[in-house]
Amino acid sequence: MYDVLIIGCGITGAAAAFELSRYQLKVGILERENDVALGTTKANSAILHAGYDPEPGTLMARLNVRGVALAKELCQKLDVPYHNCGSLVLAFSEEERPALEELYRRGNENGVPGLALLTGDEARALEPNLSGEVVAALHAPSAAICSPWEYCLALAETAVRNGVELHLNTAVTGLERTVGGWTVRTGSGEFQSRFVINAAGVDAAIVHDMAAPHAFDIRPSRGQYYLLDKSEGKRVGRVIFQCPSKVGKGVLVAPTVHGNLIVGPNAEPSEGHDAATTGDGLRFVRETALRSVPSVNFRESIRNFAGVRAATGKEDFIIGEAAPGFVDLAGICSPGLSAAPAIGEYAVELLAKAGLALEKKDRFVCERRRTRFKELSPQERAALVEKEPAFGRVICRCETVTEGEILEALAGPIPPCSVDGVKRRVNAGMGRCQGGFCGPRVVDILARELHKSPGEIVQDQAGSWLLDRETKTPPEGGMSHV
Amino acid sequence: MYDLIVIGGGPAGLAAACAAWEGGLRSILIVERDKELGGILNQCIHNGFGLHHFKDELTGPEYAGRFVKLLGETGVEVRLDTMVLEVTGQRQVHMVGKSTGYRVDEAQSIVLAMGCRERTRGAIAIPGSRPAGVFTAGAAQRYVNMEGWMPGKRVVILGSGDIGLIMARRMTLEGAKVLACVEVMPYSGGLNRNIVQCLHDYDIPLYLSHTVTDIRGKDRVEQVVVSEVDASRNPVPGTEMVFDCDTLLLSVGLIPENELTRQAGIAIDRRTNGAVVYENMETSLPGVFACGNVCHVHDLVDFVTAESQKAGAAAAACVLGGAASAGEAVLEVKNGDGVTYTVPQRIRPQRVDKLCGLFFRVNRVCRDSEILVTSGDAQIARFKREHLAPGEMERIDLPRALLDRAEGELTVSIREVEQ
Amino acid sequence: MKELICIVCPKGCHLKVDEEKGFAVTGNACPRGAEYGKLELTNPTRVVTSTVRCEGGAHPRCPVKTDRAVPKGKIFEVMAALEGIALSAPVAVGQVVLENVCGTGANVVATREFLFLERKRNQKEL
Repeated sequence: MYDVLIIGCGITGAAAAFELSRYQLKVGILERENDVALGTTKANSAILHAGYDPEPGTLMARLNVRGVALAKELCQKLDVPYHNCGSLVLAFSEEERPALEELYRRGNENGVPGLALLTGDEARALEPNLSGEVVAALHAPSAAICSPWEYCLALAETAVRNGVELHLNTAVTGLERTVGGWTVRTGSGEFQSRFVINAAGVDAAIVHDMAAPHAFDIRPSRGQYYLLDKSEGKRVGRVIFQCPSKVGKGVLVAPTVHGNLIVGPNAEPSEGHDAATTGDGLRFVRETALRSVPSVNFRESIRNFAGVRAATGKEDFIIGEAAPGFVDLAGICSPGLSAAPAIGEYAVELLAKAGLALEKKDRFVCERRRTRFKELSPQERAALVEKEPAFGRVICRCETVTEGEILEALAGPIPPCSVDGVKRRVNAGMGRCQGGFCGPRVVDILARELHKSPGEIVQDQAGSWLLDRETKTPPEGGMSHV
Repeated sequence: MYDLIVIGGGPAGLAAACAAWEGGLRSILIVERDKELGGILNQCIHNGFGLHHFKDELTGPEYAGRFVKLLGETGVEVRLDTMVLEVTGQRQVHMVGKSTGYRVDEAQSIVLAMGCRERTRGAIAIPGSRPAGVFTAGAAQRYVNMEGWMPGKRVVILGSGDIGLIMARRMTLEGAKVLACVEVMPYSGGLNRNIVQCLHDYDIPLYLSHTVTDIRGKDRVEQVVVSEVDASRNPVPGTEMVFDCDTLLLSVGLIPENELTRQAGIAIDRRTNGAVVYENMETSLPGVFACGNVCHVHDLVDFVTAESQKAGAAAAACVLGGAASAGEAVLEVKNGDGVTYTVPQRIRPQRVDKLCGLFFRVNRVCRDSEILVTSGDAQIARFKREHLAPGEMERIDLPRALLDRAEGELTVSIREVEQ
Repeated sequence: MKELICIVCPKGCHLKVDEEKGFAVTGNACPRGAEYGKLELTNPTRVVTSTVRCEGGAHPRCPVKTDRAVPKGKIFEVMAALEGIALSAPVAVGQVVLENVCGTGANVVATREFLFLERKRNQKEL
């Protein structure tokens, strides 16, 4: 019998698990996929919004501002790439100025620190590559960028190190109220728990409906992105937004913590989890972004992707106890990443109100470190390779990722089982050749370390097979051993 | 302190090291990131290599093998499984390897021979979902030829570069069904002989002026949509063809791998994506040379060999001959009509012995044309060609005597001749 | 008259072969082109390159080729003959893997060297 079962291990589920792992509780996470962070968490703008956008008084406003404040220390403790770069919202005409002033007003009401309205010239003094058309801008110094999947991974890994049980490849198929709790049916058997948290992202409405009367719909909204080479990474130093419109916060141009430039998203209704890009969508992203920063060189594109956000049509997150002992953390669209740690805290509060006794653990691990060979000094590198030669073999040459780092990830609390799982943990394959060179080598290492055939190694989620069959039958005349 | 450090042990690095040894250098180091020498030739198991250099038709591994053997007869030191992380302006080379450890070696001269990488899906922004099953042709080639694994059963190939064509045949021979080879340009990017022996021989259709406009499939590629493109390379609605397949191979161009070069502050030519080089393959940083695909993408390894021998010999001359004379005249080579790039980009006529080889590419397919070399209003040289194509690198040799007549710049252009 | 692209070398000459005049070839830049043009219309042949399994070497496959061109129609037969073969390192360049493959008169030979891995390792990690 679990005290709490969390359904879904994106950033929201991981944050809830992390917060719960502070207490003497038996906590489990049920994740449908073969890894954490495989939904919205791995495909978004990677922005920690300052918090001037949500309507004052909403849960979204409160959790956004609180979440961003928590993130700073949390990312440092958990070794999550984070950069407090600040953001600018641009106005291109006098007509847009009132919208900017409205954001300024909201931001102040929401308690966002340091907001300032700038003239076009002041904005260009901060960001020389901004368009000459910019007439005014809202500067928010508390906005930040981070690595969303590593953030999620760090929270989940730390939770696991603090005793949380993570069940991957475990899709929830039904929920049933029992005496003193819930029975959760999954593709891999039944689980019993006193409390259940619904952090199922785009599928949160489906999970909600298993436990409580229908209350909301998720209308997935898809956003498409460009990721540009590091040669474009310094095009801007801050997150550059345009004035929000009905269709979302608009196309942004921002540096990433990995040194690239991210451009996007558009916003369009999507069917379920369909994260495909389209020619029209990408064109819209390009053209809109060039309005903010005309010099962005899209020939330096290294990747396009789309993410699906769990929009509900409501202006707030849907967080609350929907049935006795069943808590929804739903409708977590933007600024969900920013709010995540605050959502985690709030979830614990709600469970406490619902009767979960909280007693702190004597020993709670709140730190995490991984080796980042690339960031070491020559002396540190020399010492490391001397001690552990595997750190001397560079596997990903674009990002300078070593075999030692991959082995370290494989020995971690949530080991990767796919090529992209390795990428999310150590950045191998994230660079300009996009795994063209290191892909076969990562497959090789995974096969060797997981005692599998290369044919069993997947690119990412289950079913994303890479290799079909071996060439050339072996001598016995039998079929090849796939 | 080494006389010479060669970065990369592929065909360019091997030829450069051998030539530098022949040129009299005795303290030479090759640093190779792979566990063996030979570079990409090891996975190019098809034949057609070496007709110029060895006057023999060899496969890639045989070509590499011959050079490795030649190298074995020299005293060149080789460090395998070792990756160069940085080259400084003072010619210090930072490297790391499992058995090498992390170390910094200095050299009097350096040859950059890091080769190139393949353009990816992201570089050309193919829309669609992101399933597994989209490979660069070179990655697929490694899987099939070296690891012994087939990446799929039913294949569409985007791009008609040579690696794509070679893989069309290779996948077919190994039992896959190659449904189409799709090329956005109105002409093939690969050699004609490869169109014949890789596509025609196996009845694989080549769709010129077409491109992939959608990739479908959640976990693994399920379909690829191919559309015709108009003259400005935009897809024409209504021309979509849907292929049921599990694999898309990309052969959409190669990019010289110049991160170390940039880091060292060496001038890069935006057209070649390689270092700007002089007639002896020296870069803007004295004592540092570049050759092979890191300098510009070649079609033929034989030409890589020739160019790299030149670089190796020049490195030897540089180390043994001391500093160059200051104030030498330099000719800037400019691209005239129809020419997309030239290598070298700069020529010092005094340093040309008899002939200065000049490689270039053209931007269109031409029959019966002239290659014109001019300086100001003066025509310096003229060469006739029956056939020119963007997929085929051209080479002309300019005699020293003619170079001496030029002043300040040389312009290379092409002109179609009326029949 | 038949038009062909010569595949003998990367130059890719545009050949014209006259079937009426004893397969006379024009457009060739070298004698090998004339030979190719005639052969292509009478008995087209190709060198087959592929791999066979290999144990104990640096890679699980060893590249091979037919040491001369085989009739085009026999290519897939030659490929089939390479199934079920396994070499053991050491392997030498030119080592015969299969003699007179499919009765073509061509031998299948190895095109790279494989040292026995253990020895190779020692050599490498000097």
